[in-house]
Amino acid sequence: MSKAQQSYPVQIEQLLLQGGRVLDPQVNLDKVTDVHIMNGKIKKIGKVDAKSFKGQIVDCQDKLIIPGLVDMHVHLREPGREDKETIETGCRAAMAGGFTAVCCMPNTQPPIDSRSHVEFIKERSEGFLVDVHPIAAVTKGLQGEELTEMGDMTDGGAVGFSDDGWPVKQASLLRRALEYAKMFGHPIIDHCEELSLSEDGVMHEGFVSTGLGMKGIPSISEEITVARDLLVAEYTGGPLHIAHVSTKGSVRLIREAKKRGVSVTAETCPHYLVLTDEAVRSFNTNMKMKPPLRTDEDQQALIEALQDGTIDVIASDHAPHAIEEKETEYNTAAFGIIGLETTLGIVMTHLIAKGLITLEEMIQKMAVNPRKILRLAECSIQVNASANLTVLDPNIDWTIDKTTFYSKSRNTPFDGWPMKGGCLGVLNKGQLFLNC
Amino acid sequence: MQLKSRHLLGLEGMTKEEIHLILDTARSFKKVLERPIPTVPTLRGKTVVNLFFEPSTRTRFSFELAEKRLSADTVNFTASASSVLKGESLKDTIQNIEAMRIDLVVIRHKAEGAPYFLTRCVNATVINAGDGAHEHPTQGLLDMMTLREKMGKLEGLKVVIVGDIEHSRVARSNIHGLKSVGAQVGVCGPSTLIPREIEKLGVTVYPHIEDALQEADVLNILRIQLERQKGGLFPSLREYRSLFGITKERLDRTARDITIMHPGPLNRGVEIDSDVADSDYSVILNQVTNGVAVRMAVLYLLAGKRAKF
Amino acid sequence: MTPLNGSGEIGKGLSMKNILLVDSTGGFLFSKIGKQSMKVKSELMDGEGITRTLLRLTHEILEKNKGAKNLVIVGIRNRGDCLARRIIKHIEEIEGVQIPLGILDITLYRDDFQRITDRPLVQETDFPFDLTEKRVVLVDDVLYTGRTIRAALGALIDYGRPALIQLAVLLDRGHRELPIKADYVGKNVPTAFGEEIQVKLKEVDGEDKVLLLGPD
Repeated sequence: MSKAQQSYPVQIEQLLLQGGRVLDPQVNLDKVTDVHIMNGKIKKIGKVDAKSFKGQIVDCQDKLIIPGLVDMHVHLREPGREDKETIETGCRAAMAGGFTAVCCMPNTQPPIDSRSHVEFIKERSEGFLVDVHPIAAVTKGLQGEELTEMGDMTDGGAVGFSDDGWPVKQASLLRRALEYAKMFGHPIIDHCEELSLSEDGVMHEGFVSTGLGMKGIPSISEEITVARDLLVAEYTGGPLHIAHVSTKGSVRLIREAKKRGVSVTAETCPHYLVLTDEAVRSFNTNMKMKPPLRTDEDQQALIEALQDGTIDVIASDHAPHAIEEKETEYNTAAFGIIGLETTLGIVMTHLIAKGLITLEEMIQKMAVNPRKILRLAECSIQVNASANLTVLDPNIDWTIDKTTFYSKSRNTPFDGWPMKGGCLGVLNKGQLFLNC
Repeated sequence: MQLKSRHLLGLEGMTKEEIHLILDTARSFKKVLERPIPTVPTLRGKTVVNLFFEPSTRTRFSFELAEKRLSADTVNFTASASSVLKGESLKDTIQNIEAMRIDLVVIRHKAEGAPYFLTRCVNATVINAGDGAHEHPTQGLLDMMTLREKMGKLEGLKVVIVGDIEHSRVARSNIHGLKSVGAQVGVCGPSTLIPREIEKLGVTVYPHIEDALQEADVLNILRIQLERQKGGLFPSLREYRSLFGITKERLDRTARDITIMHPGPLNRGVEIDSDVADSDYSVILNQVTNGVAVRMAVLYLLAGKRAKF
Repeated sequence: MTPLNGSGEIGKGLSMKNILLVDSTGGFLFSKIGKQSMKVKSELMDGEGITRTLLRLTHEILEKNKGAKNLVIVGIRNRGDCLARRIIKHIEEIEGVQIPLGILDITLYRDDFQRITDRPLVQETDFPFDLTEKRVVLVDDVLYTGRTIRAALGALIDYGRPALIQLAVLLDRGHRELPIKADYVGKNVPTAFGEEIQVKLKEVDGEDKVLLLGPD
C-alpha cells in the first residue's frame, strides 16, 4: 500500500481494541482489557466476545491505550507558506506521531490575529481526525503594539494567545494582555527572549560557541524575559504559559514562582532533553532553533523540572522549513526543526525507557496538562466519553527516517536515530488511523 | 605519514605529528621559493578555485602564488555583493563551479562552518581560508612555522594572543594548533572581547598587558577593528591603545626578548607601534614569506586525496 | 594502493616498501609486487665490491672529464646522495681537491602525481653552489625505468643551466621506459619482472650490501 493511501484515516462504526493495557491516570484506570467503541464513543471497557463482534478488531496485545495526545506548540504554516506545511499535511504528521490534537501558532502570513483568521483554520481542519486548535496573536500583526480582539477570537475557537517567534516585547503590553486574557481564561503563551541580548546569535553562548567562533545567544536572554513575565503574571494574576523552556535558570525561576502561587505553566521540547550545544559542532543546520540547544547542565535541570512538575508540558515546537532555508550556511539557516513525527519516539526511547519519567507522567504532560492549560474539553477513557485515544506500541524497534515523513518538510535533527516505542494508531471522531 | 583528512577545515583536532608534517614540508618548499626558478611541476593538471566571499588581499594572493608555484591551474571567484543580492546560494554557486571539474576549493567566507557545508555539497578537496570567527588554519600554521624557525621549537613556548579574541579566527586556529604541539597559550584583551569559558580550552587569560609581557616568549597581536568600537565592545581606540597597545616603551620596560607577530594588516599606532613592527623583535615579514610555503605544503599534501565512495 | 615512497622515509628501517625504493618512480608497477613476500636470491655485491666499484667509477669520471675542474657531483635522495659523498671522497684522495656536493630530492618532479593518492615526504634539495656552466655528474644507486632520472633532470634544469649532465649508477637492471642511458655503470644486472634489487648502505642501513630479491 502506498503511503498516500495509508495516510487517510477511516471512519469506523464499530471498533474493538482487543487486549490492550488501558491506561488513564485521570480516572485511575490501568488494566489489560478490551475497549469497545461505537460511533466515536466508548461503549464498554471490559472483556468483549470477539467471536460475536461485528466490526473491526484491532489486536492490542502488549499495546498501550491512552488518552489522545496533544501537541500544544506547532507551526502549520498555512496560510502563507504552504510549501513548508499545510494544515492537512501537518494533521497527517500529527496522526502518524500519535497526536489527536494540535495547537497551531499564529505566526503565519498573514498572522492569525482576527476572528476570521481563526475561523479559517477551524474550517480548513474540519472533519480531520486531528483537532486543530488555533492559538491567536497577542498583538495585531504580531507587531507588539496593539492587543488583538481576544474575546472575539476566543468565541471563534482560539485557545490561547501568543506572538510566538517573538516575545511580547513591552512589559506594559504583557501586563495588559494578561489582565485582558484573564477574562477568557486562556493563557498568554510567551516566547521568552530578550532580543538585545540574543542579537544575531545562532547558538547557545558558552564553551562550544567560543570554540566555534559563532555568535552566541546567552541563557540570560531567555531568563531575563522569564523573570519579567513571572513578575508581571504575579502582579496581574493572569494566566501565563512559558513556551519552550531551555535553561536551568528559567527552571529555577519558574519553580520559585510556582511555589509562590503565581499562575504560570511551562513547556519544554524533546530536543532540549536529548541534544546539547555540542551537536552544533557538526554545523548541521537542523541543530539550529530558538531557543538554542543548551548544555548538559541545562538538560539535567529540564529533566528534573519534568519530574517535579515545574514543567507541565512536552511540546514539539514543530517548525517546518523549506530545504533551501536549511541547506545553507549555519548563520543564514532558518531557526527551527520539525517534531510531530519524532516527539513520541524520543520521549518513549529517551525518557520513559530510561526511567526518567513514567508513562503516567508522559500522559500528564502530553495529554492531560495541555488540555487543562488551554481549557480544551477533557479527554478521559470512560464509558460514554468520546473515544479520543492514542495506541502505543512500547516494544517496537524502528528508525527515524525523514524520507517517510507525512510532513512536507524534512528539517529534523533526529534522522537515523534508533527508537524503541512508537505510535500504533490514533482514534478520534470515530476515525481510526493505523501506522503500518 | 599522511594527513588524516582530505580537507583542511581547521586546526582543531589536528595532531602534533600532522602539524609537524605540514611544517616540515613547508620548510622544503621554502627552499624551492629561494631558487632562481621558484616553480615546480608537481600539481600540473590540477585545478584550484579560490572562492572568496569576503574581501581579502593577502590570503588570496598568498594562496594564488602557492598554487602557481606548484603549477596548478587557478581560477578566482570573488563573490560580489550583487551575486549575493541576486539570491544565488552558496550551494548553487559551488555546484556550478564543480560542474566544471575542479580538484580543490580554497574558500573564505563570513559564515562559520561554510567550508564544512561545502564538503557536503562537493567532491573536491576543501581548504578553509578563513570562516567567520571560527578558524583560519593556514594562518595558524604559518604562525607556527615562523615561530619554529625563530625559536627552534614550539613545545613549551609561551604565546600570548593580544586583542579581539572573540571575533578572531586567527586566535582560534592559533590556540588549537599551539595547544596541539605542546605550547602554552594565553589571551589578553578587553574583557568584552574575551569569549566566555575560553579557559576551558586550556588558555590563560591575562586581563593586563603588563602581566602578559612578564611571561610571554611571543606576542601574537591581532588587528583591532573599528566596527567593534561602534558595536559598543570598547569605548575608543585611544583607550584601547593605552591599555593594550604594544609600544616600544612597554617592550623595553620588560627587558625581555619577546618575539612579535601580527597577521596583518597592521593598524600602526593602535594595537602596534611602527617602531615595534619594524624592530628586531618583529617577525611579521617572515610570516608573509612563510605563508606561501605553508600553503604550498597544504596544497601538495591534500591534492590527490580523493573522495571515498 | 600504496605507492613507493620514492625519496622519502630516510632511516626508517628496511620494510618491504623501503626495499622497493631503489628505483622509486617506477613505483606504480612495483607496488603490486611489493605485496608478495620476497626472498633473497643472491648477493650481487658485498661491501668491498661496492667500494671497488665506486673507486673504478671515480676513475672513469675523472678520466672522461679530464680531471675535477668545474665538476660537481649531485646525488639523488635517499641513497644516491650517500654514493655521491663517497665519490667526492675518492676524488679528494686521488686529485687532492674538494668538489661540491648537491643533493636532489625529486619528489616534486615525479610523473605519477595524477595516479597516487598518498603524498611522499618532500625533503630539502640542497645546492650550495651555482650550477651554471658546471659539469654535473648525477649519481643514483639503481637505474631501472629511467623515470627517476627524468625527474632529476627536470629538477636540475630549474636550478640553472649546467654545461653538461652525466649519469653514474651503481647498478643498471634494465627495463627502461624512457630513452635514458648511464655514462658510468658499476654493474649491469639483467633482472626479471618481479625481481628486486636491494641496495644497503652503511649511512642508511648500517651495512654495505647489494641483494637480488625474488618472489617466494
